[in-house]
Amino acid sequence: MKRFIGFIKKEFYHIFRDRRSLFILFGMPIAQILLFGFAITNEINNVDIAILDHSKDATTEEIINKISASKYFTINQMIAREADIETAFKKGKIKAVLNFEKDFSKNLIKEQKATIQIITDATDPNTANSITNYINAILQNYQQSKNKGIVVEYQIIPQTRMVYNPELKSVFMFVPGVMTIILMLVSAMMTSISITREKELGTMEILLVSPLKPFQVIIGKVVPYIFLSVINAAVIVLLSIFIFKMPVQGSLFLLGAESVLFIITSLALGILISTIAETQQSAMMISLMGLMLPVILLSGFIFPITSMAAPLQIISHIIPAKWFIIIIKGIMLKGVGMAYIWKETLILIGMTIFFIGLSVKKYKIRLE
Amino acid sequence: MGISLSNISKSYKKVKAVQDISFDVNPGELFGLIGPDGAGKTTIFRILTTLLIPDDGTASVAGFDVVKDYKAIRNSVGYMPGRFSLYQDLTVEENLTFFATIFGTTIEENYDLIEDIYVQIEPFKDRRAGKLSGGMKQKLALCCALIHKPKVLFLDEPTTGVDPVSRKEFWEMLKRLQKKGITILVSTPYMDEAALCDRIALIQDGEILEIDTPEAIVNKFPKTIYNVGADNMYKLIQTLKGYKHLYSVFPFGEFVHYTDKRDSFETAELKSYLENAGLIDISIDATQPNIEDAFMELAK
Repeated sequence: MKRFIGFIKKEFYHIFRDRRSLFILFGMPIAQILLFGFAITNEINNVDIAILDHSKDATTEEIINKISASKYFTINQMIAREADIETAFKKGKIKAVLNFEKDFSKNLIKEQKATIQIITDATDPNTANSITNYINAILQNYQQSKNKGIVVEYQIIPQTRMVYNPELKSVFMFVPGVMTIILMLVSAMMTSISITREKELGTMEILLVSPLKPFQVIIGKVVPYIFLSVINAAVIVLLSIFIFKMPVQGSLFLLGAESVLFIITSLALGILISTIAETQQSAMMISLMGLMLPVILLSGFIFPITSMAAPLQIISHIIPAKWFIIIIKGIMLKGVGMAYIWKETLILIGMTIFFIGLSVKKYKIRLE
Repeated sequence: MGISLSNISKSYKKVKAVQDISFDVNPGELFGLIGPDGAGKTTIFRILTTLLIPDDGTASVAGFDVVKDYKAIRNSVGYMPGRFSLYQDLTVEENLTFFATIFGTTIEENYDLIEDIYVQIEPFKDRRAGKLSGGMKQKLALCCALIHKPKVLFLDEPTTGVDPVSRKEFWEMLKRLQKKGITILVSTPYMDEAALCDRIALIQDGEILEIDTPEAIVNKFPKTIYNVGADNMYKLIQTLKGYKHLYSVFPFGEFVHYTDKRDSFETAELKSYLENAGLIDISIDATQPNIEDAFMELAK
């Protein structure tokens, strides 16, 4: 046990004396969570739009007022001719143009229908979609208020309610994803680098020719990172609660326990990487390419898994991050307990055991 | 209880690193493996320290088989690899404490063993190992390899890249350690260090050329060696190579070592040959052969 503690002490010296790894450990989580929380957002807020009003009557004015009153849109300019639409878009500030037809009110009364053309700048398809949806919703809302009291045959009124994130804050979606990436990266990359560093510097040779058992070396490498990753997870959760007002609906204890499980899964992956990689450089490349990319692309963090091509959906099953994201989203946003996430938890436990088993099998007690 | 190798062979893919090597190191002996880079010295060390499994043959260290009893060997030997293999970001003292701890001992417990060496680096005990000079690094590495009182000490090229003064000190330390009953296997590419060992094995291209005491190896040298000097070293060697009675010629410091094919020859004859070739300041004196001459002869 004394040997073991001596080993862990040495690991902490390494970590605290290497500014670069310290920065990755503690700077990156904070930077990422703030970046994703503040800068990167797909919410619609104060989008600049332009109006081309051919009729300029009471109804169009009412609709325009309603749109500009919402916090989603700002009327940036009024356009006089169709030809100016293109110029307005090209300047880049305007994301959408509302084109009211001629005699809008008159048509509405006479023929019971009138048309508005919504033109959006689809260079960013997601935003264009959201803008269209938001404008549609405002128009629908206006129409319903107008129809009040009038009996209309066959009318379907959808009543939508967004649960778990009623304000559609994108930070709610990013926090679980960022937490997953950071835990995975810190745990897997840092352990694989620290083990391969011993190989590269030749100190592994001395460690092998010592009474330390292989599992003692590995556990000794892993323990400091479990400790640091737990601190990281706590920092992320605290940041998201206090800065982004993200609720933790479920049990904090369960969240902590599941995080520790995922940290161990990642560490096991890190050990596995270090049994393959011979240099720190290749350990880092494998961690970045082999872990970071799939976590971002295939874990459902940013891109919904259900809309992926079938083969990619299958691949996403073997990505531990996918299951962890489901788990923490469940706990943080839906407030679910173990009864709802036992399956995902079991999968993570299974993966961890598999990775540990594989790395123990692949761990070399000699140089070849 | 020393070291014993019999018929050890090891290949890396297609390259044969060592072939059919056998030798014994007696307990308490200071045994040297002498040979150029790539001769297979490090491979032998790695087999003996259980880091590599030999393809063929058996070997034992302190009575333990290197394959079967590898755990026992790892408990009882000290190993100093060829490359500086300590933690550069740890201080001198932290390195030593770490190695003491993983071997289940403390610096105080075995201080008497390392005292002579450690006092020299103690003034720098708070300095990071990476910031030490080459000689200091080697002293620290030796301390770390010794801290658990090993029965057998393996030192793979401990003096490569170390200045001559530190090299001399290092060998004096080894002599003192030997007196304390530690069996030492040391390798070096420096022939002058060979004379400091009890016995040596000359090794080249994975094969052992000769095993004996340094004196015996030198005495076995079959020819008389002449120290030949002249004003132009390069021209001297070229001219000698054209001499019909030449047996061998090697540069050696400011002279060349020359041997003749014939058992008896007159130096005057060679001198006039060299003078005719336009060389001046010619000196030809018989000299004692050394390990390097013996190695060159055996490696022919």
